Amino acid sequence: MIAALDVTPGWYLVLGSLLFSIGAFGLLVRRNPLVMFMCVELMLNAVTLTFVTFSRMLEDTGGQSVVVFVLVVAAAEVVVGLAIIVALLHKRPDATADDVALLEG
Amino acid sequence: MSVELFVFVVAAAACLAGAVGVVASRNPVHAALSLVGTLFGIAVLFVAESANFLAAVQVIVYAGAIVVLFLFVIMLLGVDRADDLEVEPLVGQRVAAVFVALGILGLTFAAIASTGYEATGAVVGFDADVPDINRLGQSLFTDFLFAFEITSILLVIAVVGAVLLARRGRREDEIIDPGQEERAEEIAERMLLAEYRAHPEEFYEYEADEADAEGDGADDASEEVRT
Repeated sequence: MIAALDVTPGWYLVLGSLLFSIGAFGLLVRRNPLVMFMCVELMLNAVTLTFVTFSRMLEDTGGQSVVVFVLVVAAAEVVVGLAIIVALLHKRPDATADDVALLEG
Repeated sequence: MSVELFVFVVAAAACLAGAVGVVASRNPVHAALSLVGTLFGIAVLFVAESANFLAAVQVIVYAGAIVVLFLFVIMLLGVDRADDLEVEPLVGQRVAAVFVALGILGLTFAAIASTGYEATGAVVGFDADVPDINRLGQSLFTDFLFAFEITSILLVIAVVGAVLLARRGRREDEIIDPGQEERAEEIAERMLLAEYRAHPEEFYEYEADEADAEGDGADDASEEVRT
């Protein structure tokens, strides 16, 4: 019975959708800026999984190229974002996402 | 149970467990390590979808660089203490978050269901003779060449921005050695002793000069200054 199951692209898409939703939930619920950032990475990864799946379904390498760009943008985003978080947590180690105004001025 | 199904189930379980770990762990270090689980699961799924190069890049860039950067920042700032997940500072935030997440989930499920897999047909897969990295390179340097060049500018901007942000406000709280002024005499004495130990012969010369000038004390000061 179970041997007859085939892994269709739909499975990958559903998994990507689940990962994206979990990431969005974490981004909305957590208040530690570092953990919120990790949730953004989770959402980006869900999207890359979807891109690769569609790339294989449609036999178009363009999807994989987009994933390369997503990786580059994620790396740049992490570098700048973590610099901001370091500047924020340097002022107050227990700062949450509400305290970004501390960086003003 | 076919190999593909087995790989998918294991990797998907790793992904979902890691994702839940990121959201639910109190300690940021545990969240970062859970994120590694998700990233590895995604890399395995990339291999299953014959995107071998992307799987390697995923492991190297995400697990190797980005998560290490996260852990580095956590350790550097010493913020690796547990958050209190019981408090809910904004009333109704969690309920709203649950609704928004379920809405996103429902929307994406509806989108997947509405396509109907017949629209794109079954997976044909790429021509196995051409490695995926060749196809990817050809695509990057022809169709996506402009975006690829823009990427280099983005990376330069990111590096400059990170340096600028990290350097800001470092000047005023710079402390070299507290109490240096108070201990100035003691430090000078020690320096003199160290100098004597390093080159004793120069000091013998000085002592001999001093003995010579013993008679006329007026010259003493100038002698000392000279040596």
